[in-house]
This record gives sequence, C-alpha cells and structure tokens, in this order.
Amino acid sequence: MSKGTIRSLLMGDKQADRVVPPSGFTAQLTLFVSGAMAFLAVFALALSLASGRLADRWAEELARAATLRINAPRDQRAAQTEAALRILRQTPGVAQARALSAEEQAALLAPWFGPELPLDTLPVPQLIEIVEGEPGYDAAGLRLRLQAEVPGAVLDDHTRWRAPLVDAANSLRRLALISILLIGGATAAMITLAANAALAANAQVIEVLRLVGALDRYIAGAFVRRFTLRALIGAAVGVALGMGGVMLLPDASEAGGFLTGLGFRGLGWLFPLLIPPLGALVAFAATWAAARRVLKELS
Amino acid sequence: MIELDKVGYSYGGGELLSDVSVRLAPGSFHFLTGPSGAGKTTLLKLCYGALQPTSGQVMAFEQDMRSLDRDRTALMRRRIGVVHQDCRFLDHLPVSENVALPLMVSGRDPRSEAENLGELMAWVGLSSRADALPPELSGGERQRAALARAVIMSPDLVLADEPTGNVDWEMSQRLLQLLVELNRMGKTVLIATHDLSLIRAAKAQVQARVLRISDRRLQLAGADL
Repeated sequence: MSKGTIRSLLMGDKQADRVVPPSGFTAQLTLFVSGAMAFLAVFALALSLASGRLADRWAEELARAATLRINAPRDQRAAQTEAALRILRQTPGVAQARALSAEEQAALLAPWFGPELPLDTLPVPQLIEIVEGEPGYDAAGLRLRLQAEVPGAVLDDHTRWRAPLVDAANSLRRLALISILLIGGATAAMITLAANAALAANAQVIEVLRLVGALDRYIAGAFVRRFTLRALIGAAVGVALGMGGVMLLPDASEAGGFLTGLGFRGLGWLFPLLIPPLGALVAFAATWAAARRVLKELS
Repeated sequence: MIELDKVGYSYGGGELLSDVSVRLAPGSFHFLTGPSGAGKTTLLKLCYGALQPTSGQVMAFEQDMRSLDRDRTALMRRRIGVVHQDCRFLDHLPVSENVALPLMVSGRDPRSEAENLGELMAWVGLSSRADALPPELSGGERQRAALARAVIMSPDLVLADEPTGNVDWEMSQRLLQLLVELNRMGKTVLIATHDLSLIRAAKAQVQARVLRISDRRLQLAGADL
C-alpha cells in the first residue's frame, strides 16, 4: 500500500462518504465494541505496568536486603545483638547493618496485633536489617561465624520467598500483556466482521461504483474512513472512561500493601493515550483488507 | 475503438461465444441482436472489461484489455458509457446525484458542472424528477437516467444493453432518439436489443450496422431487416 493510497483512503471526502448509505445500528455497535475494548485495554495496561513495577521493586529491594533474627533470652538479647552487629560490620560485602528499634518492630507487627502492642511483655526477637553491598557477602560463611559467636542468630536472606513473589508478579505482567494482544486481536476480528457485514449490505453500491469507473481505493476509502473514525471515537471514549476508573482506584499506600498502586505513574499515564490511535490503525487495516477481498471478486 | 479478435467465451460448462471478430470504428452505430441467451450481454461485458475472454483478444483504445490492471480498467471505463439492462443506482441518493456519480468518483466537482448536469437532465426529460430517489422512478425514467449517467463523462463509446427492454414503444422511440443524437455528436454506439422494430426505426435515421449472434458466432446481418 503506497503512501498516496493511504492518504487518499483517509483524506476526508464528503462526496465519497455520501456514496455509502448511512448505517445506524451497526455504526453504534462498532462504536460500542471499540469503546469496550479500549476500556478493557486500559485496565490490562494498568495491570501490566503495575505488576512490572512490583516485580522490579521486589527483585531490587529484596535482593539487596536480608534480616538477622536474634532469638535470645531477654537478658542476653542486647549483648548478642551487639555481638552480631560487630560481626556484620566486619563482614566484607555488608554495606549496612542496623538493629530495628522497638517502635519499628511494633510497626511491623501492628497489622497483625493492632497498635499499642506491649512489645516488652512479649518474647519478640530482635531484628537486624542488613543491606548488602556490591559484591555481596558470603552467606554460608556468615552463618557459620554467627553460629559460633551468637548462638541465637538466624540469618534470613529472603531468597526463599523472594523468587516466587517476583515470579508471580512477572506472570501477572505476562498475562496482562497477552490480554492486551487478545484485546487487539478481538477488536480486529470484530471490526472485520462489521466491515464485512457493511460491505455485503452495500454490494450493489460497490458494484455500481465499480461500473461507473471508481478506483478501488475510492470505494474502499469510503468504508475505511467510516470504520477508522468509529474505532477512533469509540476507543477515545473507552480510554477516557477507563482512565477515569483507574484514577478512582485508591492510591498506593503502606497499609494497603501491593494491591494498591495498580494505577499509572508519571509518564505511564501517556500509555493509554496510545490506545485510540492503535485501535484506529487496527480498524483501518481490518477494513482495508476486508474491502480489498470484496473488491477482488468484482471485475 | 473496440476491437475483438477471434474472441471466445465459455462459462463453466459450454461455449457461449467462439471466434468472434469485430471492430467498432469511431463514430459508428451498431446494433447487436440475437435470441435471448445468445450472449448479447456477455459480448457487451467483454467490451467494457467486466468479463475477460477465454480465448482471443479484446483491444480497447489500442490497449489489450487483459493487460490492464484494476485501476487502469476503472480509468478505461470512464471513457465508455454503459447503460445496463437492469439499471442499478445508489438508491439513497437522488437521481441528479446518481447521474453525476461518474463525475464524483473521478474526482471532478459535480457543482462546477452543474450547468452541464442541468442540460443533460433536460435532454433526457428528467429535470422535474432530479430530486426523486431511484426507487421512485418508472421503468422508462430509470432507463433515461441510466443513459444520462452513461454519457455525463462525455465518453467516446456508449454501450446499451436492451435500453428499451421494459418501456413502451413511445418511450423506446425517445431513447433511440437520444442515442441517435449521441451518435451524430460523434460517439460510437453499440445497442444490444432483440427488438427488430427498434432496429428498423433506427435505420431510417442513421447508418446502422446490425450484428447478429447466431450459433455462437457473430455475423453481419443483411439489409433485409
């Protein structure tokens, strides 16, 4: 398809648009379908971007962090914590080691036990947050040394639950991307069906036009313009509604955990704006292909 | 103008036309006659490229019809005005716009040719019906509208397939009159008809040659018609 053909297919031509009779009901169906598909695409896109962010964040933060738990009787806890911190500071590859304060520990437990937890009366272990340097430390070596000097220390480097979480976020992103592709394909299929129906309903118009010397691109253009415009308008409305819906989702917050923050962030808000032009492009290609198929059968 | 050289045409099963050779010279007036189903419409379709011959060669304006791509076929059709047996229109547009359709599809602005269009509508006697929709027209009005649409591009050749097929004698005389006038303006005319009295009437006014399809072949009919 040459540039000239595309231009003449899309160029507004009031005369040419009149040769195809107006169609009320199918036009509204096309609008509705492209609108609904665009609406769904916005959510799939939001899900894919958010799960991508989540996977990256988990992989990044958890990979660089580990926790040391000190289970010791109350009277030995401070001494063992001190010893563990000393060992950690001496360990190559540990960038930072810090004992969590009682308030921080209480905050971590708050979602389960509620606020105002009398932490002093409970046998809660002391937590030490370890931030890994570059290159990382030798976990096996560190474990052996801790075992010898701080018997109550347990090193948790998070790998056990980091991998499945990152996997889950990544599969969520994959599913969202597949959904977007399916939505695009379904839109193309439905526009093709609608275009085929319109072409079949207007078989006589097409035949007359061809016999009076109309070029294929003139005839196809009348249909292509119509469906492209409908898909564009429908998708624009769908995207506007979808973005409104995403905007109404609760903001990301510490309390809500990973289920919040499903919306778009920053430049991410520009992605859904690509949906209407892409939908129009899909409609353009689908209608052009359908029209060419029909025209090929006419001499 | 149009030249058929040893043209044959077969539908799936049998052969309809074979070894048809004819040359339509510029400015000539031809009738094409023969019994129903003899292949009159097929022969006309071969002339404007709606069908491709199964053997032989059709030349239109010095170009082999087979060598034309779809766009060039469309451009060639703008030089040939066709009045179809079942005159089909765009039923949602008024008659005047249907008549101007060839101008529209060839990218010319019908408004700038409004005067020509008005004259043409008057010539075929449809001025008062310009705003009617095609389904509201009578058989004769449809035929005249089809003729007007066929000639609005000022084609070099006018092909008419049974233009008087479903109109009364008076109306068929009027249509014939219009075609004869076109021929006097220098257009080449080919009319397919089985109406022998129409041919006789024409012969009084114009130097017409009669081609007859008989037994799959095309013959030049004698002067006894």
